[in-house]
Amino acid sequence: MEGRYKLEILNNTKIFKKNGQEFIALENTSLQIPEGRFVSIIGPSGCGKSTLFNIIAGLIKPTKGQVLLDGKNIIGENGHVGYMLQKDLLLPWRTILENVVLGLEVKGGKKEENIAKALPLIHKYGLKGFENHFPNELSGGMRQRAALLRTVLYDAEIILLDEPFGALDAQTRLMMQNWLLNIWTDLKKTILFVTHDIDEAIYLSDDIYVLSPRPGRLKTKITVDLPRPRNEGTMLSREYIELKQKLLDLLKDENDQDHAI
Amino acid sequence: MKQKTGVIGTESVVLNSSVVDDSITIEVLDEEVLRKKERKKIAFGQVSFGALFIILWEVLTRIGILDSYYWSSPTTILQTGWVALTQGTLLIDLGYTSVATIIGFILGTFIGAGLGLSFWWSPFYSKIMEPYLVAFNSVPKLALAPVLVILLGIGFTSKVTLAFLMVVIVTALAAYSGVKAIDPDMEKLLYSLGAKKRQVFVKVVIPSSMPWIISSLKINIALALAGAIVGEFIASKYGVGRMILYAGQIMDTNLVWVGVVALSLLSIVMYLVTIYVEKFLSKGMNVNR
Ligand SMILES: Nc1ncnc2c1ncn2[C@@H]1O[C@H](COP(=O)(O)OP(=O)(O)OP(=O)(O)O)[C@@H](O)[C@H]1O
Ligand SMILES: [Mg+2]
Repeated sequence: MEGRYKLEILNNTKIFKKNGQEFIALENTSLQIPEGRFVSIIGPSGCGKSTLFNIIAGLIKPTKGQVLLDGKNIIGENGHVGYMLQKDLLLPWRTILENVVLGLEVKGGKKEENIAKALPLIHKYGLKGFENHFPNELSGGMRQRAALLRTVLYDAEIILLDEPFGALDAQTRLMMQNWLLNIWTDLKKTILFVTHDIDEAIYLSDDIYVLSPRPGRLKTKITVDLPRPRNEGTMLSREYIELKQKLLDLLKDENDQDHAI
Repeated sequence: MKQKTGVIGTESVVLNSSVVDDSITIEVLDEEVLRKKERKKIAFGQVSFGALFIILWEVLTRIGILDSYYWSSPTTILQTGWVALTQGTLLIDLGYTSVATIIGFILGTFIGAGLGLSFWWSPFYSKIMEPYLVAFNSVPKLALAPVLVILLGIGFTSKVTLAFLMVVIVTALAAYSGVKAIDPDMEKLLYSLGAKKRQVFVKVVIPSSMPWIISSLKINIALALAGAIVGEFIASKYGVGRMILYAGQIMDTNLVWVGVVALSLLSIVMYLVTIYVEKFLSKGMNVNR
């Protein structure tokens, strides 16, 4: 890694102002992410994780700072990264297939070509037979899959996932985590992943960035050196447990500082 | 009755007479079949009630409890109606009224929906317009009928315009409610995919507001009909409204009743068609989310 990063977030600060009162949602945060990494961002509720993603996705502009994709500034520009928001946000009036191709449709591809690209993914990643169902007919896990496929199919090199599995039960969650790791291995994307869940962060990531609350700012970066492919056994290894202890301590510090939670 | 033995947690042991196995099998009934049966019963009830009402009306006027000069009677209405249909202008009048209603309804629905949806483009413009829309909605538009007839003449245009006015604001407000209820995160999603404002409008705003627009259709068809009829009341050469007015002037109560019944039938037909259109659209939009 000769100092070249896929995505660089440099000294980003985001201030919201309401009734003359300034509120710092994110303060002087920098992340440097090499290509192909699986990076998790972990931190208590309200520490600016979604804000950071909104900045990277170009939905809002930082008050200060830069966002570089392949060395090029992309501040305020939409469409460079695939972004899965905190909710699945499947459009209820569209079938699963129509939802999955939404991103391609917006890009302006031909309908048949979009479908031809989507169907193999849908089949391979466990939604076969549900192409023509509407979202309200699917289980939570399946909806999440569809939303993820929509994000993946958008074919950006970087994918932002904001707590994609937050609403799922433990068992479905583990299944989805393995599923996501499969996709990541197959498609070689760079993934940024927000979560509250320490286990999830360790299990999935190469790097974990820990944010501190109010104002949200980068606290530490932890590198996870657990071998891949990982499985349930990984969670029992000594390294894993040490990492978990370390993260727990870090987050516990935060809670001690911040009684609002 | 099932009797419990002393053993906690077992329920299937019965000390009763000779029966050993008390497990009961409940027949699984097809919900769809049950619903169909239920629907048949309801339809039968509805028709019987209507028939009963008509028979009662006939009998009461025959035996003189109701004065048949004012109340006419079903058979007389049928006879008079037949004459009006075959020798009079009832058919033309019906056509005139329905076409005015339908054109006003369609124009009002589309323009109203367009107006309501256009508010999405600029919150500034929509905030300025909203109070006027609400104010105009509460103006009794039918009271404007004489002005409109003077302005637009006694012809077809004034009827369509009245029907249109009855519909357009209601639809605009309905569509605007739909716009206000859009999940902002859905817009965000589209923008994150690099969508232009126009694409967000087509892919999120219109489909998301559709249920609101659709739900205003049923009321609108009745409003449009009322508009057209009042237009005909004020001054017109054709139309069921004009026919009723004329019959009243020559004291032909039977003919008045024919007009009333014809209008009722017309509005029922239009209502049914609207329900069908609604169902069709709702299915296409997967509205029952
Ligand atoms: N548009 C906005 N205007 C004002 N304040 C905002 C806005 N968006 C976010 N905030 C504030 O910024 C802070 C960070 O919000 P953000 O959504 O990024 O948190 P988060 O880390 O994603 O939390 P969670 O884990 O609960 O999703 C919050 O305190 C929030 O109230
Ligand atoms: Mg968030």
